[in-house]
Amino acid sequence: MALIRMMRERLARYRGPVALVVVLTALQTAVGLYLPNLTANIINDGIAKGNISYIWDTGGLMLGLTLVQGVVAVVAVFWASRISMGVGRDLRDAIFRRVLLFSAREMNHFGTPSLITRNTNDVQQIQLFLQMALTIMVGAPIMMVGGIIMALTEDATLSLLLVVAVPLMAIVVGTMLFVAVPQFQAMQVKIDRINQVLREQITGVRVIRAFVRSGYETDRFAVANANLTHTGLRVNRIFVLAFPTLMGIMNLTSVAVLWFGGGLIGRGQMPIGNMTAFLAYILQILMSVLMAVMMVILVPRAEASAERVNAVIATVPAIASPPDPASPPASSGRIELRNVGFAYPGGEHPVLEGLSFELMPGQTSAIIGGTGVGKTTLLGLIMRSFDVTSGGLLVDGVDVREWALDDLWAQIGLVPQQAYLFSGTVGDNLRFGRDGASDAELWHALEVAQASDFVAAMGGQLEATIDQGGTNVSGGQRQRLSIARALVKQPRIYLFDDCFSALDAATDARLRAALKAETRQSSVVIVAQRVSTILSAEQIIVLDGGRVVGSGTHAELLTSCTAYREIVASQLGEEAAA
Amino acid sequence: MRGPGAGPRVGPGGGISPPQAAKDLRATLRQLVGRLRPEWGAIVASVLLAATGIALVVIAPRIIGTATNVIFNGVLGKTLPAGLTKAQAVAYLRAHGEGQVAQLVSGSGVVPGKGIDLTRLGELLGVVALLYLVGAVFSWMQGFIMAGVAQRTVQRMRRDVEDKLSRLPLRYFDSHPHGDVLSRVTNDIDNITTTIQQGLSQLLTSLLTIIGVLAMMLLLSPVLAVISLITVPLSMGVTLLVARRSQVQFGAQWQRTGSVNSLVEQTHTGHALVQVYGRSRKVMEDFEKENQGLYEPSFRAQFLSGIIQPAMLFLANLNYVAIAALGGYWVVSGSMTLGDIQAFIQYSRQFTNPITQIASQMNMLQSGLASAERVFEFLGSEEEAPDLAQSVVAPAPIGHVLLDHVYFSYQPDRPLIEGFTLEVEPGQTVAIVGPTGAGKTTVVNLLMRFYEIDSGHIYLDGVDSQQLTREEVRSRFGMVLQDTWLFAGSILDNIAYGKVGADPEDVLRAAQAAFVDQFVRTLPEGYETLLDGDASNISSGQRQLLTIARAFLADPAILILDEATSNVDTRTEVLIQEAMARLRHGRTSFVIAHRLSTIRNADSIVVMDQGRIIEQGSHPQLMERRGFYYDLYQSQFTAALDVAS
Repeated sequence: MALIRMMRERLARYRGPVALVVVLTALQTAVGLYLPNLTANIINDGIAKGNISYIWDTGGLMLGLTLVQGVVAVVAVFWASRISMGVGRDLRDAIFRRVLLFSAREMNHFGTPSLITRNTNDVQQIQLFLQMALTIMVGAPIMMVGGIIMALTEDATLSLLLVVAVPLMAIVVGTMLFVAVPQFQAMQVKIDRINQVLREQITGVRVIRAFVRSGYETDRFAVANANLTHTGLRVNRIFVLAFPTLMGIMNLTSVAVLWFGGGLIGRGQMPIGNMTAFLAYILQILMSVLMAVMMVILVPRAEASAERVNAVIATVPAIASPPDPASPPASSGRIELRNVGFAYPGGEHPVLEGLSFELMPGQTSAIIGGTGVGKTTLLGLIMRSFDVTSGGLLVDGVDVREWALDDLWAQIGLVPQQAYLFSGTVGDNLRFGRDGASDAELWHALEVAQASDFVAAMGGQLEATIDQGGTNVSGGQRQRLSIARALVKQPRIYLFDDCFSALDAATDARLRAALKAETRQSSVVIVAQRVSTILSAEQIIVLDGGRVVGSGTHAELLTSCTAYREIVASQLGEEAAA
Repeated sequence: MRGPGAGPRVGPGGGISPPQAAKDLRATLRQLVGRLRPEWGAIVASVLLAATGIALVVIAPRIIGTATNVIFNGVLGKTLPAGLTKAQAVAYLRAHGEGQVAQLVSGSGVVPGKGIDLTRLGELLGVVALLYLVGAVFSWMQGFIMAGVAQRTVQRMRRDVEDKLSRLPLRYFDSHPHGDVLSRVTNDIDNITTTIQQGLSQLLTSLLTIIGVLAMMLLLSPVLAVISLITVPLSMGVTLLVARRSQVQFGAQWQRTGSVNSLVEQTHTGHALVQVYGRSRKVMEDFEKENQGLYEPSFRAQFLSGIIQPAMLFLANLNYVAIAALGGYWVVSGSMTLGDIQAFIQYSRQFTNPITQIASQMNMLQSGLASAERVFEFLGSEEEAPDLAQSVVAPAPIGHVLLDHVYFSYQPDRPLIEGFTLEVEPGQTVAIVGPTGAGKTTVVNLLMRFYEIDSGHIYLDGVDSQQLTREEVRSRFGMVLQDTWLFAGSILDNIAYGKVGADPEDVLRAAQAAFVDQFVRTLPEGYETLLDGDASNISSGQRQLLTIARAFLADPAILILDEATSNVDTRTEVLIQEAMARLRHGRTSFVIAHRLSTIRNADSIVVMDQGRIIEQGSHPQLMERRGFYYDLYQSQFTAALDVAS
């Protein structure tokens, strides 16, 4: 079980505190078990014999023990909280550390939202489980065993009642879980369905109204709603049956204790006080059974969370720096592809196949083609988000797989398709690739990226706040800031992944002119959907079906490449392609 | 044992959602109670069952006490010589120097020489067993009925919420984040379900138990009852004291969780950037700091809330010792029987349980009420104005559209469309152009009456669209948007969505016209292929074609098309263009246009920028004017032509 394995690993650091919690809990339970014994004594030796001073003395002792029990319990909770929250912290740390090492393949495999949930909700589930386990679960078996021993010492014959009651409760609980758990899962499916319908109704509100289908939607929802209610009723009716049944068993057991105990007392085989103590023990035993059961309900969820967390921590990134990386010569930014092929693991067809070309410093190379032809994948190969599956990709004459990852990345300025900014100031974001950049350098980069005007207009300018993701600036502004961020880094290789899409044509043109001057020393690779963005590139590479189907300038390609002409025709009209 | 709720909810300590409170508690509570009105009968029955069941279970310890007395008397009686009366026995004991036992005997029902009266014991225990059994059955019946009450109430609430969705104006959806609306209609409803399902039953039983137990305690011994009651304010005080402190820590925990989450979210979303820009180490340092910052308050919150349990146990034990000692003294002095003490101890244990339970319910109740408030707020939002009662008879649709001096603004202080007039003859094409974010969908919103115009008129086939019902207006239009909305269901169902009661042949014809048929036939399940939640199992171009097929099926007189080109591969793009051209044939169309050919051949061009209509006319007219359109056209389209030629 993933949960047990995880606990064994994670609790190793806390071996001492865990032992302490167990000892304290045992102590606390022992005191709890001793108290009914004292009650028995009060009855047997105090009340039955009319000894009042004995009653007061024993009462005082009980009070003292109760106080001890309370203090012990508080110390136990203190350490239990330290351990469980500490393990939570350690898990978050381990997950985060691991994800930082992931390559694009692992990121795609898990997906960002799932990784976030694993680091937050799943860890929370596990630490909650651990807290409960350390405060309740540790106590339950001790209480149960102790209670049984004490019950046996009070009276062995009466203890036989436990042999009936405990399995009976276990059967009830087991049946309930057996019946309820699948129903629970069924209910979750129905809840998901309801949420799906509602989500569709909200996102599709225009279409639904345009096609006048509100009535149809209402019917669809009514079915889902009735289904959920039906299952919800069934689950809850199982649960409302459980509580009275268990209470009934407990109550009837105590009635049986009185009946059989009465007989034993009548025959002089047991002092009357023992019966009272016995009742208290039985109650404690049965309560501990109940508590253990409550914990059992928590286990499947914590187990699922542990599995999800373990999956992340146990994943070895597919891509890592080689053990002894090559030390490349002074970087120029030259990129060379030699018969490069790439296929996703398990993928039937290669995404890219037989690519051979060079991208030279001081040149702008554009890559164009329809969706899914592998343009972004190609950029990923350059920065080793993925590794080629055949052929070789060289940067500055050295295969990227022989570079230390940090060295390779230091050469690259990436501007991704989705312009993403981090929370902080404009300056923080621009200095992302080079901490030491001066304000003047930042402003220069902003000029080039056609972003200086709006940054100058922002209150605080370079100190202006940027929200997480950059949601407080427009899409176009975000793209320009993201370009400026790459420029500040002054890399040898620029990778622009279709990042001019939110710019209007005039800004787009000015920006590309300014970029040209700025990137004279570097290799520039632009991935584009829009033909107008790449018209002036020195080299345009047309991808189709994972292969290069044409390369050259715009004018050359118009005459030589059918696929390119099709693209131009579809975007700019037949005249442009003619 | 807690019943299951609907969604994953974790109480204080684990916490998935931060503690929140309703702003207007009383109003929300009143509305919630109002929602229970249809269930009054069941609720009354449930209350009666609960009251009876609890009364039975509460009486039982009293009878058990009597049974204990029977046993105790038997034990005492046996030690005394038979044949004596009770008075004689007391005198006999006094004479033997057993003064205190004598007092004990004088206060009890001891018959000297007689052992335990097993018949009487059997009778008493039989009654107790019966009480417990019947009590359990009643408690089950109560729960059974309440489960129905809760589920039906929430079902009705969900129905009303869904109903509300269809009556809200588009403005509501455009001005509220979808996530927020969705969260109200899903998470909040789930939360309310849990609250009603668990809270209602438990609150009821807890309250009734407290009343019943208190009554029995007062009956048995008013003095001991008062002593027990002292622990109530004491435990409440302790709980409040600790809770106030732990609440602060929980608050800090939520805040810290928020900053950890946002750091995790950013780092993972910008994963490639963090790596390529060499930020991994710095980010890890930040994370360690935030993570430790979360650990501190989490630990304190857990610890503080963990104290309550032992504190309560200590108070309960204190109470127990006080009763045992004091009661023991009274039994010895003959003013109380052993059975009564026994019963009392049981009662005092039952007394503290429901009190702590109610305290723990309060958290849940609060969060449930906060959710209820959000749902009621949603249900109370302003709806679309109802359609005019005496709607005119709608003429047969031919596709004539006239916009006559239309004024419109989303916000009163920012007029967008002022005095816009445009006549479109049946079969003509209107191109709407402008840079990204220019508000090209505004015209669509007005034509479809998603938004109402401020003044002026829109005539469809000669009738003011205000005079028609919204359904009549919309049924004249077919719409193909860039945002292809498909629902989880088969491809057949998704196409058939275009027309109520469409038969399979119609669907097939529409599919063929929109080039859907070719690719559907390559799918193993054909038209029965199920599209998953976000229809990610077919390509975005194919999704686009499906929505075109849907519009074919609807066969409208007027079309609204969004000619977007992004994210579609070249070959499918050609198919989409061809399908759209076929679809437009013979229909009036409004096209959000990106293609030169469409724009230049349009009968009329509407140019938009920053939400406003700024120019309008045919291509030659607009070029001649040398305004915004001229610039746009020059920069965006002709560059390509220059290079090409």
